[in-house]
Amino acid sequence: MQIQLNGENTQVAATNLIELVAELGLEQRMIAIERNMEVVPKSEYTGTQLEESDRIELVHMIGGG
Amino acid sequence: MSDIFKVGTHEFTSRLIVGSGKYKDFETTKLATEASEAEMITVAVRRVNITDMGKENLLDYIDPKKYTILPNTAGCFNAEDAVRTLRLAREAGGWNLVKLEVLGDTETLYPNVVETIKAAKMLVAEDFEVMVYTNDDPIVATRLEEIGCVAVMPLGNPIGSGRGLANPFNIRVIKQRANVPIVVDAGIGTASDAAKALELGADAALINTAIAEAKDECMMARAMRDAVRAGRLAHLAGRMPKRAFASASSPTEGYIWD
Repeated sequence: MQIQLNGENTQVAATNLIELVAELGLEQRMIAIERNMEVVPKSEYTGTQLEESDRIELVHMIGGG
Repeated sequence: MSDIFKVGTHEFTSRLIVGSGKYKDFETTKLATEASEAEMITVAVRRVNITDMGKENLLDYIDPKKYTILPNTAGCFNAEDAVRTLRLAREAGGWNLVKLEVLGDTETLYPNVVETIKAAKMLVAEDFEVMVYTNDDPIVATRLEEIGCVAVMPLGNPIGSGRGLANPFNIRVIKQRANVPIVVDAGIGTASDAAKALELGADAALINTAIAEAKDECMMARAMRDAVRAGRLAHLAGRMPKRAFASASSPTEGYIWD
């Protein structure tokens, strides 16, 4: 399906957030996900189904002051 | 001598907080941070680059078990974006102690105080421990303390300018009126600026560019470490009064010609 991932329209095979994390190869990274403006706790990744046109923000920590 | 720097529910021995931005590579970030002996380091929250993730990550070099990670809201220009950013940071690493900064424009990077106050209220209501970047304005500093911020962080000068303390008197006034720690954040360019901030009574200094843009980052990190310590000791020791005229250091009696 097509979702908006970090601002870009993206085709993904994943049907839920745990699959999305695996599809992107981010299992080992310290990340956080926002789905349609709501932060999703890691414990809810498996139960959070992706839907067409979902707006997903996927962030991590980088250098900054 | 025990001299603990207490911020909210956290305690530190170091009064130097460092940033992790602008370094040429992660290895230098790690080495300079170690050299600084800081215990708290700021990080930014950004989108993962999905098409080019890179093999390495900042947190592979800066161990969150070793350092207190202080997520910031750098780049946010309104309260809503700042709160969203820190909610994500809390989910990513479980970090509750955060650095709030809401900027006014890209040229000056001055704080947008109106949005900062709005964001601070929202974050405190969500049980964040908020260290807040703001102007060197004593009235605003008091307001942010009243809202429930655990530390107020007035700028010395604009972010990345390295111009030192523009208004030392205000830093002192802010500290005298405050019941929470005061951290000079932004503007420190070299070691004497950091020492001055602590001499004035600031509880800590937050430094990034001055270390990251030094020719020798690790040496500057050590300089800042020592400057913060020297400034703190001088503050605690209580400086001598300034006089209009000389005051002899050697006794003025017992001369051989008397």
